[in-house]
Amino acid sequence: MASEIKSSVIDPLIDNNPITLQVLGVCSALAVTTNMMAALVMGIALTTVTAFSSAFISSIRNHIPSSIRIIVQMTIIASLVIIVDQVLKAYAYEISKQLSVFVGLIITNCIVLGRAEAFAMKNPPVLSFFDGIGNGLGYSLILLVVAFFRELLGAGKLFGHQIIPVANEGGWYIPNGLMLLPPSAFFVIGLLIWAIRSWKKEQVEEADYQIHQVHRTEVL
Amino acid sequence: MEHYLSLFIRSIFIENLALAFFLGMCTFLAVSKKIETALGLGIAVILVQMITVPANNILYQYLLKDGALAWAGLPDVDLSFLGLISYIGVVAAMVQILEMVMDKYVPALYNALGIFLPLITVNCAILGGTLFMVERDYNLAESAVYGVGSGLGWAMAITAIAGIREKLKYSDVPDGLQGLGITFITAGLMALGFMAFSGIQL
Repeated sequence: MASEIKSSVIDPLIDNNPITLQVLGVCSALAVTTNMMAALVMGIALTTVTAFSSAFISSIRNHIPSSIRIIVQMTIIASLVIIVDQVLKAYAYEISKQLSVFVGLIITNCIVLGRAEAFAMKNPPVLSFFDGIGNGLGYSLILLVVAFFRELLGAGKLFGHQIIPVANEGGWYIPNGLMLLPPSAFFVIGLLIWAIRSWKKEQVEEADYQIHQVHRTEVL
Repeated sequence: MEHYLSLFIRSIFIENLALAFFLGMCTFLAVSKKIETALGLGIAVILVQMITVPANNILYQYLLKDGALAWAGLPDVDLSFLGLISYIGVVAAMVQILEMVMDKYVPALYNALGIFLPLITVNCAILGGTLFMVERDYNLAESAVYGVGSGLGWAMAITAIAGIREKLKYSDVPDGLQGLGITFITAGLMALGFMAFSGIQL
């Protein structure tokens, strides 16, 4: 049991990461990563929702008729997201403004529903809870890494503190404005996937077509 | 009239749901290997978006907004915190109804869309469209225009990337970038292209 819990928390970090391998929850990963603070809050919000929704759904999994399970799951997830949204509005209003619609969009974040459907419907509550934590952390990890590069290169800051002195304040670094714009999020995640897959070779996808090497002696 | 036209153009190009706000990215990346399926999904999104955004607008204006229940004699009630759960309910219900209506009257289109219709419930572009409509406080006519425009923009983006990916599979991509990685880079370049529209003032 203990080892199962451990592996359900550790696995989604790199080996089975929700964003870079399962392609779940990409929307918000791209949109909220212009600075570390927003990424951190979003990561915490999503981890909380995933963990608790998995635990709740798992504890009533034997009573949900399969024909209406999506609606039941959506209701549970939506209620949790409303709680998170209200808490953020009450205690972190600035960040909540900055995240705008993306907190609400946790409802349709594929990670939450994907884990509910793929894991929580088949496993006991405690294990599902930790699976939710693990996947939430895997998501937060990618968010923080992307936000790290975007904020550092785009504004020379981390968590709003100046790290590299920028040129228009007398420093030497000229901020790369592109990093703060939407397209750079795609590039950073794309390169991150490249880095992870160069390290973990088993994640590499098969190509549809292979380039055929032609040797001089070969007759086509 | 001009106001609606510029809202329409803006929602398709400048505020493209997929490439400027990254909504519906999961499906955008997962279901864009073939042009036909991408186009089918795009049409389904336009249909659902066309119905749900105005429907949610009515719900918001007459039930949920602060003071919206004045017609029922309850001017002090603010139900806006129930927004998220009601919108997703409307989306799920609309998708279900659309599925049944299409099955009855246009079976050809229904069969063509197949599995994509139910999947649309969890497409963030749909819920995102509704949330933007609420945040920007559109009226009914504006929300109808916005619904069609944003759906159209999303459909256009997914069809375009499917076209690129169909060509891309013949190219020699480094191992680690194969598949998902190169798709991200491609989408990034497309987003860069779409940023050219952001200078347009309407």
